Amino acid sequence: MENLFALIDCNNFYVSCERVFNPQYQGKAVVVLSNNDGCIIARSNEAKALGIAMGTPFFKCKDIINRYRVEVLSSNYALYGDMSRRVMNTLQQFTPSLEVYSIDEAFLSLTGAHDTSFSDYARTIKMTVRQWTGIPVSVGIGPTKVLAKIANKLAKRVETYGGIFDLTACKDIDVLLESLTVHELWGIGRQYASLLSRHGILTARQLKYADDGWIRKHLTVTGLRILWELRGISCIPLEEAPPPKKGIGSSRSFGRPVEALDELSEAVSSYISRAAEKLRAQCSLASVLHVYLGTNRFRQMPQYSNGITLTLSVPTSFTPHLIRYAKEGLKKIYKKGFQYQKAGVFLSGIVPQDQVQLGLFTRDRLTAGYKRALMDSIDGINRKWGKGTLQCASAGVKQTWGMRQEMKSKNFTTRWDELPVARAG
Amino acid sequence: MVSAGFPSPADDYIDTNLDLNEHLIKHPAATFFVRVEGNSMVNAGVHSGDILIVDRSLEPADKKIIIAVINGELTVKRVRRHKDKLCLVPENDGFETITVTEEMDFQAWGVVTHVIHSV
Repeated sequence: MENLFALIDCNNFYVSCERVFNPQYQGKAVVVLSNNDGCIIARSNEAKALGIAMGTPFFKCKDIINRYRVEVLSSNYALYGDMSRRVMNTLQQFTPSLEVYSIDEAFLSLTGAHDTSFSDYARTIKMTVRQWTGIPVSVGIGPTKVLAKIANKLAKRVETYGGIFDLTACKDIDVLLESLTVHELWGIGRQYASLLSRHGILTARQLKYADDGWIRKHLTVTGLRILWELRGISCIPLEEAPPPKKGIGSSRSFGRPVEALDELSEAVSSYISRAAEKLRAQCSLASVLHVYLGTNRFRQMPQYSNGITLTLSVPTSFTPHLIRYAKEGLKKIYKKGFQYQKAGVFLSGIVPQDQVQLGLFTRDRLTAGYKRALMDSIDGINRKWGKGTLQCASAGVKQTWGMRQEMKSKNFTTRWDELPVARAG
Repeated sequence: MVSAGFPSPADDYIDTNLDLNEHLIKHPAATFFVRVEGNSMVNAGVHSGDILIVDRSLEPADKKIIIAVINGELTVKRVRRHKDKLCLVPENDGFETITVTEEMDFQAWGVVTHVIHSV
């Protein structure tokens, strides 16, 4: 049977989430800032039209923002995460064959769908998601994932398509492929794109008819798959259940430069707590711990950054142990006299909780059960009463190094005391 | 686990606990909670401070209580459809009916299915 994929992509997702609960932002220029209010990470179409580019540092576009009264919001990941879950659940009623590709994108398998017209089917999907969640989406349909991704790009780019484009109904795909550069293709990174350009392969159409052997040699089998997908041969399957994560990271930029080891230790402890919670949620243990810190590369000031990797004698997900190791590691790489902007932790060497060999000379065998029970209760309490209700004292109580989120909207869907308000007046 | 002794006579009749989510929320992905502010709907049992369960997947049919967006603000009203006219009717004599006009920035946001009111 012929394969068929749809890529559903939420339009300006973060901005759209904000607009559901703050309808006064509809039709206005709105931008959302990254963690720490650093860069522009989402723009409404109106903001795009003003020429505000993706990734621009906030301070660089303050002029335009003030002049055109652009609404500026800090990112509200609790809200975006919840709205993403709602969008994905809504899509799931159309087919169980769904790959959640990112917070705002999903591939659907339409293979075997016997609708008279796939465009009609796509329209139903689009309207349903819009009505149920308030989020506008674009739908691209193609015989492979790479082509579905291209179709989605065209659905967004050409206004008359109304947010839907079915590549399978298109007579001459090559004309469309000619209009796309290799930079724009899914799976072609910047390095591959410039390598291709140097060899005269500039457009998606040229890549489609490139030599298999040459592509395989220079872009590996990954590149070859993309080339075949461009030809309509599906070789990147739908990944319905993502494999457990191979590593779990947690890092942030600080709200202000941090110098003292004590404060860095607090920050690192709190990142460990978050990463360890994720680790336990997937019933895994970590055997390798990486800690790093660094100054702000973009400022004229003394620069230093470093990291250290520690191998744990026994894999663990027990927060106090991980914190102890992380603090030891941090002490080794910390140097006085620098203004640190960022620190982070990365847990790897992940193994399933129930496949662990206990160290011969540890007492862990006796206490493992108690530790797990303790962590389970803490995770339970934090789930119920909100993040950080219970935490290790070393993570700090005030967390003055924390993120700047001065313009964050409310947690409309995850906190009882922050629900949206409807006027009865 | 092997249990000794007689089996409980209730074993065959064990039900799960009653789950309010299951009872009140038919479409979890489309259901939101909204807080009421104001008194224009008291005769429909909707009081200031109440929490409304709002299902966006339902059609805002005639006589339903809905959340609507008017001029950028969420508002709760009963919707009435008379031929080609659309009205938002309060449930309190002290408030005026709003007739939706072309120039008005109006959208139906969701349909109220239940009110959570503390007594």
